[in-house]
Amino acid sequence: MLLQLKQVSLSFAGNTVLHDVDFGVEPGRIHSLIGPNGAGKTSMFNVITGFYRPQQGEITLDGEPIVKRKPHAVTRLGIARTFQNVRLFREMSVLENVMAGQHCRTRSGALAAILRLPSQRAEERRILETSLECLDFVGLLGHQDRLATNLAYGHQRRVEIARALATQPKLLLLDEPAAGLNSGEKQALIELIRRIRDERGVAVLLIEHDMSLVMNVSERISVLDHGSLITEGDPHTVQNDPKVIEAYLGQDDEELAL
Amino acid sequence: MTWYDSFLQQLVDGLVLGSFYALVALGYTMVFGVIKLLNFAHGDLYMTGAFAGFGGLSLVSGFLGAGWIGIFVAMLLAMIAVGCLGVVIERVAYHPMLGAPRLSILITALAVSLVLQNAALALTGGQYTAFSTDLGLGGFNLGNLFLSHNQIVLVATAAVLMIALELFVSRTLYGRAMRAVSIDKDMCRMMGINVSAVIAVTFFIGSGLAAAAGTMAGAYYGSIWYFMGFLIGLKAFTAAVIGGIGSITGAMLGGLILGLLESFGTHIPFIGSEWKDVFTFSILILVLVFKPTGLLGKSEVERM
Amino acid sequence: MDRHSPSTTPDTHKPDFHESDFHEPRPRNLFQRLYAAFESPGRRRALHLAIIAILIVTPWISSQYTTVILTNALLYVVLCLGLNIVVGYAGLLDLGYAAFFAVGAYTIGILTQQFGVNFWAAIPFALLAAALAGVIIGGPTLRLRSDYLAIVTLGFGEIVRFTARNLEITGGASGLSHIPEPSLFGWHIDSSIDFYYVFVVLAVLAYIASQRLFDSRLGRAWLYVRHDEDAAEAMGINRVATKLAAYVIGAIFGAIGGIFFSVNLGAISPESFSFQQSVLILLAVVLGGMGKIPGVILGAFIVVLGPELLRDFGTLRLLIFAVLLLLIMLFRPSGIWPEKRS
Repeated sequence: MLLQLKQVSLSFAGNTVLHDVDFGVEPGRIHSLIGPNGAGKTSMFNVITGFYRPQQGEITLDGEPIVKRKPHAVTRLGIARTFQNVRLFREMSVLENVMAGQHCRTRSGALAAILRLPSQRAEERRILETSLECLDFVGLLGHQDRLATNLAYGHQRRVEIARALATQPKLLLLDEPAAGLNSGEKQALIELIRRIRDERGVAVLLIEHDMSLVMNVSERISVLDHGSLITEGDPHTVQNDPKVIEAYLGQDDEELAL
Repeated sequence: MTWYDSFLQQLVDGLVLGSFYALVALGYTMVFGVIKLLNFAHGDLYMTGAFAGFGGLSLVSGFLGAGWIGIFVAMLLAMIAVGCLGVVIERVAYHPMLGAPRLSILITALAVSLVLQNAALALTGGQYTAFSTDLGLGGFNLGNLFLSHNQIVLVATAAVLMIALELFVSRTLYGRAMRAVSIDKDMCRMMGINVSAVIAVTFFIGSGLAAAAGTMAGAYYGSIWYFMGFLIGLKAFTAAVIGGIGSITGAMLGGLILGLLESFGTHIPFIGSEWKDVFTFSILILVLVFKPTGLLGKSEVERM
Repeated sequence: MDRHSPSTTPDTHKPDFHESDFHEPRPRNLFQRLYAAFESPGRRRALHLAIIAILIVTPWISSQYTTVILTNALLYVVLCLGLNIVVGYAGLLDLGYAAFFAVGAYTIGILTQQFGVNFWAAIPFALLAAALAGVIIGGPTLRLRSDYLAIVTLGFGEIVRFTARNLEITGGASGLSHIPEPSLFGWHIDSSIDFYYVFVVLAVLAYIASQRLFDSRLGRAWLYVRHDEDAAEAMGINRVATKLAAYVIGAIFGAIGGIFFSVNLGAISPESFSFQQSVLILLAVVLGGMGKIPGVILGAFIVVLGPELLRDFGTLRLLIFAVLLLLIMLFRPSGIWPEKRS
């Protein structure tokens, strides 16, 4: 297992958000995490990336413990993420946004910058090249000098993915990457996710509500409901699991009631 | 004097000082509660209040005298005038900034503080103004402890104002709206609460309390000047933080605690009175670092 | 619900940009044309050389009074560029910046005047002291909300000033005097023109360092953290360490200003490092435009030269500055220096 969660529990002020979650992502897999609204999917991302500290349980990446590490240290270890609502650095260019990802793979400090040491200049060149390569990978080469927030929404999502890839992760966490995309863009997203895995060898864990996308791209699906994992398996198995249907139907009732 | 008498004397001094801190801290905490802004100008409203009280007293002393009655009337006038000033400041300077980055809002608040301070500097030429009153020096002797009438009136007035505020916040419609606004502004708007009006009332009360403290301080210490709000602004903020910023009871408690700490702290060997302010700021920094939510503050959602 | 709306509205299928967007918009106003004129590296270098030439020639064609005032303006350039790293780049409000200025000045004053240490040998100690002060005050407080930080720095500034006033070694309220003037390879730096040139060098170095930091990995990290702390953390950027770096580097700039300030004047007292001093430096940074190096330099000159021009206004001068600061914040929060991009 690349990522492994063992009996992870998280609660806020007495409300249980995650309950004894055992979960794993294998290397090189495209794995989806689904479940009704409020099931705890994003909380699970926040636990994995160090934004929340679980009350109990263990999380490891390649055997390295993650719990108690700060988010930046988790990223350095090899987990990158995107956010549910795109969170690009506003008023900065697309390229500068992607360059942020290279921060944790580089080391020059203030003195090296002030003195323009050769090592620092070489590093800056490397940051630039890697970032451009990541932009090229998501198909946005040529847009690098525009302000990130002036791009179309679908492109902003791609910039966010490029920025995450620039951290050179082993595992990429995508939080509802298809939200707000049209059907053509969704198709392109599916291809992009596959290429991330195939060409870069990065495992992908995604949260997504668009079931056709999930069924299309995932090799494995885990279903979360009320903070617990209720089932896991390949798309076909999960699709026909009565527990899953029940979990989603329960939610539909609530929506009708509203 | 035995150590016991000196202890009591320190206690009395601390209570007097703490009453000033508490009154000023209340304004900080109330404004912070409703608009999450650190009103840097608050200490200067205290200073403005002292000058307004001084002006008020010269208006009314002709027929009411310059004793406590005249001072009370002057204090009420100052509270109204400075309360209105607070509302104007909110409208002109803070309201347009509410969507701006936090840094801009903070600098704007600082600018307002500097405008008030330097306007007073320009008007007074930086000189101390004598706040002359007819207050006597009488008082009681309890053993070796001396309690002046002025100290008693001052602490009692502060207590009455704070009780009135507590009742206002817990019993009246506006008070409840104020608490609601501090929790969720958008929800309040949807429920039909006039959020702008609530914010205005909050500024009015907060500024008015600062003016009350300013007038009383002027009358008690006998002189006022343009820079008198700076230190007390910092200290009242410290008091608000000790109590837990956003909590009204906390501000009162924090003010008293700080007053007592200063009063006793300066009598600890090796901490002479010249180190008093260093002592206070060290407390501020320690509290912020180790217990930023203060004694009664609510903690924000735990994040790493 | 929202999520599905794009597919139902045909408008969104169109790309939101046009060919013309890929070209820089043609410069419209005077300032943008000026920017465009100095876009090429060659012209920029020519501009820099011209400014340096003016700086070198000025003391020979102006009065000693002007030279002294300009020296003070150059000191402010160093201080303002330092504070700009903290406020303009990292977005941290520091209301006690004069404290670092004081740490630099007092360390030099004490070491050279009371212990007879050579000026140049004392400099590393002064820088170290400032960096240490930056870590001590920044380390525990940079995790706090930004407005708490502002008030803590204000308190810290006051602590430093009170301490200087209360200690014997710092000369108490009257401060230190007879701080010896330094020599460099036999050049005894003592006249006002000598010090003018020292500050020209310092200001130029501060400018270069600011520019290079801004264009570096660390400079970008400051902007990332300022814009979105969570996203920056998710990119592997240590938020606290990044802010602390800004704080410490700002402290060192301040100390450098203080070091040369103390030997220039030969005497320092606690009142040189008051809250008003911190506010004045902040005013210059905000006035010119936070984060914009040329703007900050302009702000430093305005803050120093303005009072000279407003001499007749007496105590009104400070009020005018205060109102100016308020107006800038309300109507032009990005400062008076024009934006590069419209």
